[in-house]
Amino acid sequence: MEATSQTHARLEALIEGSHLEIWREHNRALLRRLESKHSSATFIEDALSTEMILNIGPQHPATHGVLRVVARLDGEIIRSCVIDIGYLHRGIEKVAEYKTFQEFMPYTDRMDYLSPYSNNVALCLAVEKLAQIEVPERGQYIRTIACELARILAHLLWLGSMVMDSGAVSMFLWTFREREKIYDLFDLIAGARLTVSHARIGGVASDLTPEAIEAIRSFIRSFPRELRDWEKLLNKNRIWLERNEGIGVVSAERALELGLTGPNLRASGVPYDVRTFEPYLVYDRVEFDVPVRTEGDNLARYYVRMEEMRQSVRIIEQCLRQLPPGPIRNENAKLSYPHKAEVYYSMEGLIHDFMYTDWGVCPPKGAEAYAAIEAPKGELGFYIQSDGTGFPWRLKIRSPSFCNIQALESMLEGAMVSDVVVLIGGVDPVMGEADK
Amino acid sequence: MSLEQALRQGFFTTRLEALARWAMSNSVFPMPMGLACCAIEMMAMAGPRYDVARFGSEVFRFSPRQSDCMIVAGWCTYKMAHAIRRIWDQMPEPKWCIAMGACASTGGMHRCYGVVQGADQFLPVDVYVPGCPPRPDAVLHAILEIQRKIRERTEPVFAFPEKE
Amino acid sequence: MTFDDVIAHLEARFPGGIREIRRALGETTILVRTELIRDVCRVLKAELGFNYLVDIAAVDRFTEQERFEVVYNLVALAHGLRLRLKVRCEESDPVVPSITPVYPNANWHEREAWDMMGIRFAGHPDLRRIYLPEDFRYHPLRKEFPLLGIPGSLPLPEKPESPAR
Repeated sequence: MEATSQTHARLEALIEGSHLEIWREHNRALLRRLESKHSSATFIEDALSTEMILNIGPQHPATHGVLRVVARLDGEIIRSCVIDIGYLHRGIEKVAEYKTFQEFMPYTDRMDYLSPYSNNVALCLAVEKLAQIEVPERGQYIRTIACELARILAHLLWLGSMVMDSGAVSMFLWTFREREKIYDLFDLIAGARLTVSHARIGGVASDLTPEAIEAIRSFIRSFPRELRDWEKLLNKNRIWLERNEGIGVVSAERALELGLTGPNLRASGVPYDVRTFEPYLVYDRVEFDVPVRTEGDNLARYYVRMEEMRQSVRIIEQCLRQLPPGPIRNENAKLSYPHKAEVYYSMEGLIHDFMYTDWGVCPPKGAEAYAAIEAPKGELGFYIQSDGTGFPWRLKIRSPSFCNIQALESMLEGAMVSDVVVLIGGVDPVMGEADK
Repeated sequence: MSLEQALRQGFFTTRLEALARWAMSNSVFPMPMGLACCAIEMMAMAGPRYDVARFGSEVFRFSPRQSDCMIVAGWCTYKMAHAIRRIWDQMPEPKWCIAMGACASTGGMHRCYGVVQGADQFLPVDVYVPGCPPRPDAVLHAILEIQRKIRERTEPVFAFPEKE
Repeated sequence: MTFDDVIAHLEARFPGGIREIRRALGETTILVRTELIRDVCRVLKAELGFNYLVDIAAVDRFTEQERFEVVYNLVALAHGLRLRLKVRCEESDPVVPSITPVYPNANWHEREAWDMMGIRFAGHPDLRRIYLPEDFRYHPLRKEFPLLGIPGSLPLPEKPESPAR
């Protein structure tokens, strides 16, 4: 009892007059949590006083956004740490209840803003499952191609920023050069660089032009060569290996317990990939391998992601080969947007367009569905409950970054301060998605 | 008390002032307050294609003490606003602020309880960049606007406190 | 191993514990009695191989009896099954047993449900808000909370004077 009151007094002294005063209650709770993770709540009076509380973030170049890590250090070892998220929380699930399904789609672009296309597709798949909407073949293929491009896009940013975190800036420039090429592809596919908002319920907004197909072809011809060059540079680089090998090791059981997802889970030896677990789109018609490593350290995560990019190229190649002709959106105007030509030249088309924008698709009352995709960060799922109107009664986003950051908290404990940056980079969180 | 009064000379010091303003305007160090999607486009602006180095702003300083222009890229939540304001306060004068993208300018599409409807509610914003997210060239334009602002300043660059 | 086996096993282990079973759209949803949820999860994990908790969602069934619903999304990796569990609780005392002892990664998901809906989880090791600061007093995903929030509930910093230019 004596100790706890002392602790509280000490915490108050810590908060008083410092930057922690901003959200007083919040920081008090945070520090108490830090104390509670400690075996004893008293300080060991150290002659050199090696114990300190280090606050990393929310604005820090290495946190990949606005992640806050409050760590108690003992020398250079992190004894315990608490991760605070929510600095980007805008209440997107609340907004969803006020928007029609199609209207909400642009919001998903801004969740995981490294691979906007995947999020669009995830939402559309959930709504299509809920309202039983068929998607034509060609639409599915276009979605698959763009999803895999988005995966490469996200992994490229991860690679650039993570290698930059380890101290090599040149890599960042090279990955960004490739990213710009993909941005150009998205420009051709959807007409926007980053926030594409291209998927529609029941299909996609526009068809791939021959020009776009040619551009994608030439990109996937040249990209593997770049990838090989980077691997030559990194796979035998001593600094890179020593910074990453044996850092943040997570065993398979532990990974499942911590709820890791995506490449991080597969790097620990759990072959869970939604693309093979519950195939969606056309993943059951293309051949690809799911890269799995068993070491479970940061280097394994790097290898897995590199291999995933190569597999993505493979998938895109096959999709382009198999790309069937035909419509890109569901033809039923009650279920998805009519074609623009129809809207401009026929009364029914205009009415349908109006109705769809105003009210949209109405799934049956009481229906619920969960649809997940393998986004670059892991399993991204949308759980929707319907009340029979065009607005979701409840839309829950299962964001992969949220789960990865939760695991990060225990991965950081026991690590060195110098490894924090690399660990955060290896887990690859996107705060826009984790904070919803 | 400005240099002008200290030296009691006109032509030379005004030239010097102009030279200093020109130098300042071409070395705007951004403080990238990368919050959300716009941060990715901001990185693209620093990347090889758009290359903000052509305008002297390639030095992204993550320490507020070394920067002159804060680029607020992304939506500001109420929780984050205090941290942004703290960093703004730590930046040395003179300083400028760019609100990049619709969210930082007005709250944009995120009209909900968590988001401050525009960074100008707690920061003196100089340049607003529309777009969601703006293309990197739009941000380059914003930096050029900041440069214009610096060149057209009326405040003396060299100002000394009055002698007691 | 199919869903029939899972349901039969659960009914044998918890007679009268399952309130409702729904199968629609290729998904299976089981509504269980609230006080049993931890034991049900334990059985699912240890005996039926549901080793991965994907998600926990809290739902506000505004104007219904038993207003709040907590939805658990579980996956059995070895069998390739995805199961949805549900429990419900009253508005007057929204308490659900925490399943963090069974699935450690339920920790943050439950914190999220507390933050957004105000459902308390009994036995949770660290029930703090997760997105919003502790100083905030409302639960925004409840239906009666307005979309634009409550003015003044989250303070903003003062706007500084425009610097002299």
